[in-house]
Amino acid sequence: MTYKKLKRIDLIFHEDCECHKVLEKTFSKSNDEIINDLLESGLKGRGGAGFPTGLKWKFTAEQPSDERFVICNADEGEPGTFKDREILFKVPDKVFSGMAVCAKVIGAKKGYIYLRGEYRFLLPELRKALDKFHNDIKDLIDFEILIQMGSGAYICGEESALFESMEGKRGEPRNKPPYPTVAGFRNKPTVINNVETLVYAFMICMHGPMKFKELGTSDSRGSKVFSVSGDTPIPGIYELELGMALDQFVEEFGDGDTKAVQVGGAAGFCVPRKKLKETIIGFEGVPTGGSMKVFNSSRSMYNVLHNYLEFFEEESCGQCTPCRVGCQQLIKGIEAVKKGEKKAVYLEQLLKLSETMKLASKCGLGQSVANSFSSIVGNFREEMIY
Amino acid sequence: MPEVQELVKSLADKYGRKRENLLHILQGVVEQERYLSDVALTEVARELDMSAAQVYGTATFYTFLDTEPRGKYVVRICRTITCDMKGKNQIIQALEDSLKIKLGETTQNKKFTLLETNCMGWCHQGPAMLINDQAYTNLTVDKAIEIITDYVKNK
Ligand SMILES: Cc1cc2nc3c(=O)[nH]c(=O)nc-3n(C[C@H](O)[C@H](O)[C@H](O)COP(=O)(O)O)c2cc1C
Ligand code: SF4
Ligand code: FES
Repeated sequence: MTYKKLKRIDLIFHEDCECHKVLEKTFSKSNDEIINDLLESGLKGRGGAGFPTGLKWKFTAEQPSDERFVICNADEGEPGTFKDREILFKVPDKVFSGMAVCAKVIGAKKGYIYLRGEYRFLLPELRKALDKFHNDIKDLIDFEILIQMGSGAYICGEESALFESMEGKRGEPRNKPPYPTVAGFRNKPTVINNVETLVYAFMICMHGPMKFKELGTSDSRGSKVFSVSGDTPIPGIYELELGMALDQFVEEFGDGDTKAVQVGGAAGFCVPRKKLKETIIGFEGVPTGGSMKVFNSSRSMYNVLHNYLEFFEEESCGQCTPCRVGCQQLIKGIEAVKKGEKKAVYLEQLLKLSETMKLASKCGLGQSVANSFSSIVGNFREEMIY
Repeated sequence: MPEVQELVKSLADKYGRKRENLLHILQGVVEQERYLSDVALTEVARELDMSAAQVYGTATFYTFLDTEPRGKYVVRICRTITCDMKGKNQIIQALEDSLKIKLGETTQNKKFTLLETNCMGWCHQGPAMLINDQAYTNLTVDKAIEIITDYVKNK
């Protein structure tokens, strides 16, 4: 594997952008050219799943339909993630512009930003910026962006749950397929992208694919915005080149006493100190939507896991049994082991249960509980028992 | 309560009476009333020509669409891991003492409700809390008390 050195990048927040000019230039290109640039850049989705953005746009554009939509996923509910808020706060025009380029490519007249309820305070400024943006692009494209608020449900960040919520229903994930590119919002072909993905797509239109492609590794092109929290002297939001080894990250952000890093939030993986060196941050190693939580040796990993499981249990939509009951049983199980009511080998049964949840759950929430569960139990077994 | 009826009607006029507009309307009611009373829920069902069960079922899915009475100011303290590590328990304790209520309760004068919530996107500045839409971060016990005292006195 190739490792990259930790390198700070300044693309997303750089204030050099005359969005209207870039849009004008981009709109003079054919849709195929724009899609080819995105494919060439290697940009993959920043919301977690990592699907190639160019392909997503291409599939949606090719789907026969009288109507198509572009949706910006600003539900940002993964514990430890806060970069989308900062992007929307600091460079909203770049987000809108990314949506406008997508709208042109797929032929959408309407776009939506699904903003989590916890970020309602952003609304006045966003609306102001949006009014100005609509006015600025009048001459370029017939496209309108609306903001839809969430109401405190992590699961609504899952794309099909988000569509349900936008349709005024309970945010319960749908069966897949069909995928959003075929049947998304109102069952029409829909591009749904993370806030950051849309900005990178626009940055690629601005600078060309090479500037992006020369960063990162062959599996993880470009840079990414990280949300750093926990036991670090410098918590905050950092744009870094992808493909660095985790020990480099810890050298920069750790407090000298780092015991483990949780990469990717509650749904992600816990990497202990002894594996930092061999762990690469990117799609070939441990992927992340940006959440990086640093734990030092004063922290109980049992408490960390317990906190995550409580989070999942509460946020599970309850639609399918493996996830609904599985989350409850995992909490009860680790509590019983900790209290000595169950022998340590019971942990093996719990690990099996989490594997079953991975296979049998309907959506990414239930499927990813095993990530933190097996990586924390596997690496910090003693802490679960004593 | 004709007031709620009027509110629901004006929200339905503003957003529309289709299923797709349901969340907008419920959010609008909560913004004004801080929670969805039975009267409000039935009124929304009537305006949108849906069953009350459907409206209730949708509302209860969402944490912020409370169906229990809430105070004018809903205080939500983050309980997720980073805020937990940075001492959210002390903050909760301080607010409980200062408002003389427990988590989940509402003050007698219906001004404050104290709740916990999941990660709200301020982990780098924890402990964090929301009072209605406003976020407060980097809380200490003193700071939390200062903020809440200001609400008690001035709002
Ligand atoms: C439980 C769950 C929560 C999710 N929350 C978010 C979220 O808050 N923001 C986001 O962009 N993607 C979230 N996703 C991923 C989305 O389903 C979807 O893959 C993403 O928005 C696609 O955008 P991208 O291709 O730009 O990454 C979540 C997925 C799951 C399973
Ligand atoms: S896995 Fe969990 S969150 Fe997903 S559909 Fe099933 S119950 Fe709902
Ligand atoms: S953990 Fe409290 S805001 Fe994220």
